[in-house]
Order: sequence, then structure tokens, then C-alpha cells
Amino acid sequence: MTSTDTPPDLGAEDLAARVEAFLAEHDPSTTEPSEFLRERFAAGLAWVHYPAGLGGLGAANGLQTAVDAAFAEAGAPENRPRLNVIGLGMAAPTILRFGTESQHRRWLPSLWTGEDIWCQLFSEPGAGSDLAGLATSAVRDGDEWVVNGQKVWTSMAHHARWGILVARTDPSAPKHRGLSYFVVDMQAPGVEVRGLRQITGEAEFNEVFLTDVRIPDDQRLGEVGQGWAVAQYTLMNERVAIGGGTLPRESGAVGPLAARWREHPEAHTPGLHDRMLRLWVQTEAARLTAERLGQQQAAGQPGPEGSGVKITYARLNQECSSLELELRGEDGLRYPDYTERRPEVEDYGRRDAAWRYLRFRANSIEGGTSEILRNVVAERVLGLPAEARADKDVPWKDLPR
Amino acid sequence: MSAAAPTPSTPETGDLLYSDVEEDLRASVRALVEKQAPWDVVLARTDTEEPVDTDLWKRLTQEIGVAGLAVPEERGGAGASWREVAVVAEELGRAVAPVPFLGTVVATALLLGTGEDELLAAVAAGERTAAVAVGATRGPGRPVPVTVERQGGGDLLQGTVTAVIDAVTADVLLVPVSGTEIAVVEAGVDGGGDGVTRTTAESLDMTRRLTDVTFDGAPARIVAGADVEHALRIGAAVLASEQLGLAERCLADTVAYLRERHQFGRALASYQALKHRLADLWVAITQARATARYAARCAADGSPDLPVAAAVAAAHGSEVALLAAEDSLQLHGGIGFTWEHPAHLFLKRARAEALLLGSADHHRAVLAELVDLPA
Ligand SMILES: Cc1cc2nc3c(=O)[nH]c(=O)nc-3n(C[C@H](O)[C@H](O)[C@H](O)COP(=O)(O)OP(=O)(O)OC[C@H]3O[C@@H](n4cnc5c(N)ncnc54)[C@H](O)[C@@H]3O)c2cc1C
Repeated sequence: MTSTDTPPDLGAEDLAARVEAFLAEHDPSTTEPSEFLRERFAAGLAWVHYPAGLGGLGAANGLQTAVDAAFAEAGAPENRPRLNVIGLGMAAPTILRFGTESQHRRWLPSLWTGEDIWCQLFSEPGAGSDLAGLATSAVRDGDEWVVNGQKVWTSMAHHARWGILVARTDPSAPKHRGLSYFVVDMQAPGVEVRGLRQITGEAEFNEVFLTDVRIPDDQRLGEVGQGWAVAQYTLMNERVAIGGGTLPRESGAVGPLAARWREHPEAHTPGLHDRMLRLWVQTEAARLTAERLGQQQAAGQPGPEGSGVKITYARLNQECSSLELELRGEDGLRYPDYTERRPEVEDYGRRDAAWRYLRFRANSIEGGTSEILRNVVAERVLGLPAEARADKDVPWKDLPR
Repeated sequence: MSAAAPTPSTPETGDLLYSDVEEDLRASVRALVEKQAPWDVVLARTDTEEPVDTDLWKRLTQEIGVAGLAVPEERGGAGASWREVAVVAEELGRAVAPVPFLGTVVATALLLGTGEDELLAAVAAGERTAAVAVGATRGPGRPVPVTVERQGGGDLLQGTVTAVIDAVTADVLLVPVSGTEIAVVEAGVDGGGDGVTRTTAESLDMTRRLTDVTFDGAPARIVAGADVEHALRIGAAVLASEQLGLAERCLADTVAYLRERHQFGRALASYQALKHRLADLWVAITQARATARYAARCAADGSPDLPVAAAVAAAHGSEVALLAAEDSLQLHGGIGFTWEHPAHLFLKRARAEALLLGSADHHRAVLAELVDLPA
């Protein structure tokens, strides 16, 4: 049997004991939530695999799930994990990996507690999949950088206090080599966030206009010109690590579909039944695959299956919600509300089926399109050669756009 | 994202990885099979009168002990489990090895539930080869039709079973004669025992030939308490691992070929249309591995979720193996359509396996009842 890789000094029992001691000292029902979270960070029980002093204890990654479960069971306050997915999942590991000590201390505590929400300023109107082609410029001026450009599809920007930004610092270098990576204060002068309405009617993401925004050089992550490597690291973390433990059967989009199937026998036909069963089997296969990946990660054999899991979930979400609408017959023609507004960040399972059908179209676009992920699998997992390309060694300013 | 309270409930998943012991077992089986039965040897055998590689089978059973893995030590086996059996199945699937492993798995699962310990031990040791005389397409979850009866309720059998797998070299046949009873029939070594006629059929899968068996007054020993359905379910769970091995082999062969083959001045593997196809296949195979491992672990632990696990693994595994074999042939172009290339061995095996022990459609229909998704 493959066992969980733990540093010799800190095992699951030690952590459980620390959590218990912490809870004894900080009763979640009487401690003010933000105070509780700050104390939890200080005790190293925020993300236990982070270093001591930065919310962790240098423990094994796989041990976090049990710690989170123990806190949840005790009714501990949450750190706004849905609202701060980008902060927790992408910004934090990047800051930890490339930030200086003072940057760590400056950003990580309020990020983890959820006091500060983060957003990701990567995509631009002219650069999505081909992120390295981006045009937003950063020009050095003494101890500062002056940034101009436009970002787009920026989720959470309207909630965010900080943004991670990739900008071009050397337009005469080839595209991958002229980029640098910054943390931008979303309240700084020249940052303008405009809601961007999406197909659900809501405005979940934004356009962000950057006009002569001044960023102090001490808000740069990594070296000047190293922005691509830093951004790659951020994107690698985009597929949030799947923890150990058993994922519920029928979780995800198949859940409401199966429930509807059971509640509405009058809608059953042989053709729909076959589709229902196929999706159920595929969802169960995807669930077990994700669990197996979690087991591999916990055992310290990080597998490349992550890209595959994302491709599959995107497709299953789309197909399940589509079939669900078909089962609804006439009601499948109705829509709850197209009024433009800022959506609540909430559990998708509670939203209307038609809304989910529309929202899930984005699953194969956001966080790397399914086509790009297939390229990743083909090249990084199967070792197939990259396609011939003409843009690698040419100065960015000379490329056709 | 989670839905309302999930129905049905979620059994514990258990360990889906391979243990070191399993990896060692895999390595031994692979080394032996690669040496003794590379694909060209397998192909050459299909043109002979001896479709089963009895010598390879002898070495697999006697040197590695593959037939006794799931049998407890005190009953003459190795005291491992269906997990290890499944790993062997992966390797034999990868090689389309012409040995009666799958039939032995089903027979062993059946015998384990009876008191036939002498026979069980002999099968586990590879001294005897048993086959369950049930039509190859019968799967778990549906009653197995009884087509052989006891003459006058006695010990002589009358009737026919068509399309039995791994019966070509079996010297003992286990024949369902009622819902809970089987008849143990001495089948002799070459063709037939008393009152038993075996006809080997020309079979789509040349590496696993079908046998039609007729009993005409064949003497038998009747054994009660036999659970044929459970045996078929174990068979389906293990078959999913065989399909996994086959699918992986097809993908690996295709990747290797497309990297090497150049057209239009570049490696075929650099064309995105082909890369995406292979990426999709790889994704499907990672899922087939997860479902097959889960089925094997449920079989090993006697989990009450085995019926669901086996149905999911079989429904998914059949489709993935077939896709892998069909894509492999297509992406090899003309060479893949020739007799002298291995692609057809995998295609025929995969196509046949998608019918063995219940088709994907069969397993989905069974699942509909198990997880409360009625027609
Ligand atoms: C809901 C949502 C939230 C988002 N949130 C954020 C965010 O917070 N921050 C942020 O920076 N970005 C965000 N994005 C942007 C997202 O990362 C991009 O939309 C995505 O990377 C695709 O880029 P694009 O839209 O420019 O499409 P394009 O890159 O122009 O692609 C168009 C089509 O061409 C295909 N394609 C492109 N290149 C290739 C290739 N080499 N081979 C094959 N096919 C190819 C794509 O798959 C796609 O189908 C979000 C997007 C959505 C939908």
C-alpha cells in the first residue's frame, strides 16, 4: 500500500491535536469571525503545508483536508473561499514561490483570512489562450512602473483589493521574454473596473482599464522579464488541488439531473433514459478519476491527470444541464431572470437549470479552454511534438496582430 | 458544487492506486509474456490448430501462480485478492495473450462459493483448467438461462451451451443446471469426456475462441450453493482491467507510430487533429483505470457496492477499449489494415470484449435498477 508522505516531525495525529487545542482556546461560537481566522492563521492551521509563520507548519499537502474538515465540523467561520478562489488558489502559491519575505508578510495573512479578495488580470481582448501575446505595457519610472492597457473577463475585480497582473516591460524582446509580473492595488488611481454582462444576463466578470496606473517596484513578483515563468506557475495552480477523501456520488451537475429524473417519470423515454445512464456512468468514472488523482497527490506522485479532469467536468456539466432542460419540456423554455446584476457567488446546485446550462458553457473556456488543455495533455503527458509556430523568436512588436 | 442530498449514498472509495506488490506482480507477468508471446507469435498461433498457448499458461500458473491469487492459502491458493488478479488481467490484455485466464477467473469465483476445495486447489495450482459453461455474452444482474438439464433429475446431463469462452483447453466444465446448482463435468483433455462434445468455433477474436458444448448423457457431479451471477460479476469486474490494459497498449502503439511516421514534411504526431484525438483517448483511459481499480477493490473487499462498481467499470471499459482499438487502426492508416500488423488483434479482442459478460448497454440497464434511475 502506498502511504501518505508526511514530514517525519508532523503527522495527521499531531495536526488533529493542534486543531483540538486551538478550538479549545478559541470557541468558534463566541470568537469574532475575523479574529478567529487571524488566530487560526497565526497558529499555522490555515494552510498547513505553508511554512511556519505564514499560516502553515510545513506539513504535507495531503493533510490539509482533514484539518479543514475538523474546523468545519466545529462550526468555524469560513474565509470566503468562493469569493476568493483566485486569491487562495492562484495568487497565494505564486506569492509564496516568487515573493520576498516582506511581500509574504504583507499579502498572505489578509489573503487567507478573506479580508482581501484578489483577482487575476491576465486575459486581454487580444490575448487569451495566447496569453504571452498580451499588450498591456509597464514602463519604468524611478521606483515605480507606469501601466497602461486593458484587461478583460476579470472575475471578482469588483470585489478585489489586489490583482495579479502580467504586463509587457520589453516590447522588443520575443513575446515570452518581455513580460513581468506585478501585484496591483485595485484602489490605485487609474484602475477602472466596468462590469461585463455575460450570457446569463448577469455581470460576473469585468473589463479593467489601466490608465497611467503607478505600481511601486516592490510590488513586482519575480525578476523583470521573468513574468512568463511566474504566470505559468500561477496557471499551473489554477486547477485547484483535489484533496483526499471520498467525493459524494452524484455530486456535480448529474445530481439535479438524476433528482429530476426520479421526480418526473412522465418525462421518461428510452432515448432520454440511455442518455441519463450514460451521463451517470461518465460522472461516476470522472468522480473516481478525481479521487484517484487525489490519492496520487496525497501519496506524493503528482499525476498529470488534472487537465483531463477539467476537460471532463466541463463536458459533463454542459451535457447534464442540457439534458436536464430537455427533461423539463415546456419549462425548459423558460428562464428565471435576465436582468443585469452582479450575481451572488453561491452554490451552483441551487441555481435554476436554465441558468446552469448557460453558465456551464464557460467551463470549457475559463481557466484554459478545453482545446488548450488537450494540447497540454498531448504535449506534456503524451510527449507529442508541438505544432510548428512562427511567433517564438520574433520581437513581440513585429508580430502580426 | 454540490447538489441536494445525493441519492444513492456514497460508499467509501478505498485505495485506487497500485501497491508495490502489485507492481512487482505486473513486472513478472509482463516480462514472461513479452518473452514468450510477443504479438507476432500470438498472431502466428491464430493460424494453427492450437489457438491456446498452453505452454505460456503453464508458466503463468506454475511459475507466477496467476490462477491462485484470489484463493485463500488454506484452500490452496496464494491468498492475495481480486486486486492482484486485475493487475494480471491488465498485462494479459495488453498482450492479447491467448491463455484461459478470464474463464479461470469466473470458474474460480464460482468454486470459491462452493465446497469443491479439491477442484479449486487444482485450478489454483494450474493443474486443472475449469470453464463455466455459460454463453459468453451473459452478464451479471439478469438470470442466466439454464439450457442443460439433468436427465430424469439424475446425474446425467442433456443439452447445449453455445459460445463458451476459454473452454478449448478446459478439462472440467462447470454447468449451471438450476438457479443454485452446477454440474461438475469431466471434459477430458482432447475434445470430450463421456457424453461431451465440444466444437471450437471460428471466432471474431482469434485469440479467445468460442466453444459450443453439447451434453448427451454426460455424467456429472451436482454441487449446490453455486452463485453463477456473482461469478459473472467478478468476471466483469476483472474484464474491465483487461480492457484497460488493451486500451493502454493501443494508445502507446499509436503514439509511437505517429511520432515516427512523417507526412507533409513533419511528424504526424505534430498535427493537432491527431493530438486532440489521442488526448481524449488518454483522458478516457485515466477514467477506465479509476473505474477498473474501484471494481477490483470492491471485489477484493467484498464491498456491497460491487454490483455498481462492476457495472460502471464494464460499461465504461468496453467503450474505451473499443475506441482505443478502432482509433489505433485508423491512425495507422493502410498498414493497420494488414494482417501482418498487430492492430487487428487488439481490434478483434476489443470488439469481442465489448460483448463478453454483458454489453455496455446490459450493464447500464442493470445499473438503472441499482441506482434508482428507472426507465
Ligand atoms: C467566466 C469566465 C471567467 C474568466 N475569468 C478570468 C479571470 O478572472 N482572469 C483572466 O485573466 N481571464 C479570465 N477569463 C478568460 C479566459 O481565461 C479566456 O477566455 C480563455 O483563456 C480563452 O481566451 P479567449 O477568450 O481569448 O479565446 P481565444 O484564445 O481567442 O480562443 C478562441 C477559440 O480558439 C481556440 N483556440 C485558441 N488557441 C488554440 C490553439 N492553439 N489550438 C486549438 N484551439 C485554439 C480556443 O479553445 C477557443 O475555442 C475568464 C473567462 C470566462 C469565460
